[in-house]
Amino acid sequence: MDLNTLWFILITVLFVGFFILEGFDYGVGILLPFLGKNDTERRIIINTIGPVWDGNEVWVLTAGGAIFAAFPHWYATLFSGFYMALFLLLVALIVRAVAFEYRSKDENPRWRTVWDWAIFFGSAVPALLWGVAIANMIHGVKIDAEMNYVGTFFDLLNPYALLGGLASFSLFTLHGAIYLNLKTTNTMTERALRTTLRIGPVATVISVAFIVSTYFATDAFEHLGVDPGFVPMGSLLSLFGAAYFVNTKRLGWGFVMTCLNLGLSVITIFMLLFPRVLVSSLNPEWSLTIYNASSSPKTLTIMSFVALIFLPIVLGYQAWSYWVFRHRVSAESELTY
Amino acid sequence: MDALLLARWQFAITTIYHFFFVPLSIGLALIVAIMETIYVRTGNPLYKTMTKFWGKLLVINFAIGVATGIVQEFQFGMNWSDYSRFVGDIFGAPLAIEALMAFFLESTFLGLWLFGWEKLTKRQHLASIWLLAIGSALSSFWILAANSFMHQPVGYVINNGRAEMESFTALLTNGHLWVQWPHTMFASIATAAFFVLGISAYHLRRPLGAEAKEIFLRSFQIGTFAAVIGSLGVAMAGHAQSQYLIEVQPMKMAAAEALWESEDPAALSLFTVASEAEQRDLFAIKIPGMLSFLAYNRFEGEVRGIKELQAEAEALYGPGDYTPSVFLNYWAFRGMVGAGTVMLGLAAMALYMLAREKVVQSPRLLLLLIPALLLPYLANATGWIFTEIGRQPWIVYGVLRTEDAVSPTVSAGMVLTTLIGFTLIYLVLMGATAYLMFKYATRVPGESATVHAG
Repeated sequence: MDLNTLWFILITVLFVGFFILEGFDYGVGILLPFLGKNDTERRIIINTIGPVWDGNEVWVLTAGGAIFAAFPHWYATLFSGFYMALFLLLVALIVRAVAFEYRSKDENPRWRTVWDWAIFFGSAVPALLWGVAIANMIHGVKIDAEMNYVGTFFDLLNPYALLGGLASFSLFTLHGAIYLNLKTTNTMTERALRTTLRIGPVATVISVAFIVSTYFATDAFEHLGVDPGFVPMGSLLSLFGAAYFVNTKRLGWGFVMTCLNLGLSVITIFMLLFPRVLVSSLNPEWSLTIYNASSSPKTLTIMSFVALIFLPIVLGYQAWSYWVFRHRVSAESELTY
Repeated sequence: MDALLLARWQFAITTIYHFFFVPLSIGLALIVAIMETIYVRTGNPLYKTMTKFWGKLLVINFAIGVATGIVQEFQFGMNWSDYSRFVGDIFGAPLAIEALMAFFLESTFLGLWLFGWEKLTKRQHLASIWLLAIGSALSSFWILAANSFMHQPVGYVINNGRAEMESFTALLTNGHLWVQWPHTMFASIATAAFFVLGISAYHLRRPLGAEAKEIFLRSFQIGTFAAVIGSLGVAMAGHAQSQYLIEVQPMKMAAAEALWESEDPAALSLFTVASEAEQRDLFAIKIPGMLSFLAYNRFEGEVRGIKELQAEAEALYGPGDYTPSVFLNYWAFRGMVGAGTVMLGLAAMALYMLAREKVVQSPRLLLLLIPALLLPYLANATGWIFTEIGRQPWIVYGVLRTEDAVSPTVSAGMVLTTLIGFTLIYLVLMGATAYLMFKYATRVPGESATVHAG
C-alpha cells in the first residue's frame, strides 16, 4: 500500500469518527426544541452532549486539515467549488459552537430561546449539507481540466444530492434520538423512545431510496458490482438491526447499530470514490485522484508519522472522557449549561 | 470591486476578529491553570472561587475564539485556492498537525474541565486545565509555523509550479517562527494579565466583602506578575523580531519607519506625515541615529530605505510595485509599539502599588488600569495588520504574489456575499460576547453559586 492510499484511509477514518460522534450531536441539536418542553429539559438535553460535542467536532476540523496537507488540490477544489455551501456550513458551526456556551449564561427566556434555535439550525444545516456534499462527491461535479469547479451553487442542489442530504439528516436525527434514550431518565427517555420509533422508519425509507438511486446516479455498479460486498451490505443490515433492537427496547444495541450504520456508510462512500477524491462529471480524465491531487511523498511521510502517533493518543483520551461522562443526565445532575 | 480585494478584506476581518479572542484564551488559560494549581496545592477554597470566576470568563472567550477559528482553517481553500494548491504541501501540514495535536486536546479537556468539577479527582481536574493551556499554546506554535513560511519561505523546492517540502526541520527551525512565536506568547500573557488587572481594579474600587476583596487582591497580584513578565517579554521579543526583520523583510521595516532613502546612521521617526505618492515626508520629528541603534545596538549602520529596496526588488522580480502601504505600516507599527510601551509603564506602576501595599488605597491608579484592559487588544490587532500588510504584494514572501493566490472560480459577488454574511454574524456575536463578558466580569464571585436545575 502506498502513502497516498494510506492517507485516503486515514481521511476515511476521520470521517467515520466524525459521522459517528458528531452524528449524534447533530441529532440531539435537531431534537432539542422538540423534545425539551421547558428550560430544565432543554438543559438536560444539551448536557447529554455538553462535555463532548466540542471534541467531536474536531474530527471534521482534523479531516479538513488532513485533506489540505495530504491532498491540497482536493482541498482547494472542494472548498472553492462548494463555496456557498461551505459558507452556510461555517455559519452554522460558528453559531452552534457559541450557542452551547452562551445559552445558559443569561436567565432571560428570550435569550435562551434564541440560542436554542441557534443550536437547532447549527445542527440541522450541517446534518443536511454533509449528505448533499458527499452525494455530490460521488455523483460527480463540473470539474474542468485545471481542477477547478465550474458549476454553480444550484448545480449542487440536484435531486440526488438533496436525497443524500435528507438521508444524512434523518440518520443523524435517529442516531441522536437513540443516544438520548441512553443518556436521559424517566419521562425524557420515554419521549426519546417515542421519537426514535417515529423517526426510524422514515430514516430507513429515505436511506433505502438513497442507496437505490446511488446505483442510478453514480458508477456504483462498475465500482462495486452486483454484489457490493460486506461493507455496503453491513451498512444496510445494521440499519435494520437498529430497527429490531429499538423495537425490542434494547437501545444500547440499537445505538451500536446506528454507529455501525454511519461508519460503514462512510466507508462505502469512500470505497465508491477510491482512488478518486472528486469525480468530474465533464470528463472522467479530469477527476481528482489520490495521485494527481496529492502532496509530495515527503509531506505524506511526515504526516503519516504524526498521524500514527497522535491518532491513538486522541482516541485514548477521548474514550476516557466518554468514560468519565458515561452516566445519564437528569434534573438532579449538576447542569453546567 | 474585484474578488481579490474583497477576499483580502474578508481575510483581514475574519483574522483580526479571530485574533481578538485568541491571545486572551492562551494567556488566561495559563493564569487560571496557575490559580487552580495554588488551590490544589494549598487547599485554600479562595483559590477555587477565583479559578471559577476567571474560568467562566475564559470559557466565554474560548467559545468565540474556537468558533471563529473554524473559518480560518477553511477560508484558505475557499478564497485562496491557488495559494492552497501552491503551498498545500508545506502549509497544510502544520495546520493538520495543529488540529491533531492541539484542537483535540483543547476541546476534549475543556469539556472535562467544565463538566468535571464533581466527576474528576482534584488532580485530574487540574491536569485538564493544564492540558487546555498547553493545547492552546501548541496551537499557536503550529499556526505560526505555517504563517512564518509566508514571511520567510524555507525548506522547500519548486516542482511542477508548486512548492514542495524539502525539509520539515527547516520549517520548524525557521528563524521567523522563533522570533514570532515568543512575541505572540508574551503578547498573550500580557493580554490576559491586563484583563485580570483591569477587572480586579474595577472590583477593588468598590466596597467588597472580605472574601471577594481577598480574591481580587490576590488576582491583582497574579495579574501584576503576569503583566510584568508579559509586557517585558513582548517588548524584548518584539525588539529581537524587528532586528530580525530588518535582515529578512527589510521592506516591511522601512515602510514601518516611513524611511524613503537608505540612511547611515538612520534616524528614528517619532511622528511623520508623508506623501506616499511623492515618497517624501511633509512633516517629521526624528531622533538621529536612533533607528540604527534599534537595528544594530550601535549608533551607526545602514538601514535601507524604500526607494532602494523597490529598485532592488524590480531588478530581482521584474517591474511592479513592491512597496506595501507605508501609511498603514507606519501607523500600525506605532499603534503596537505605543500600546506596548504604555503597558510596560502600567505594569511597573502595578508592581509599585503592590510592593508598597497601596493597591486598595490608590483608587486613581486603579481607575487607570480599567481602560488599560483594551491596550493589548489595540497592540494585537495593529501588530497583525503591520505583519501581514508589510508582506504585500507577496502572499509567500518573494515567491508567490497575493494576486496570483486567489480562487479563480469564485466571483466577486460570492466573496461579497460571504464577506457581508461573516461580518454581520461577527458583529452580533461580538455584541453577545461583550454583554456576557461585562455581566460576568462585574459580578462579585461567590454571590451566585453554580445554578442547579429545577
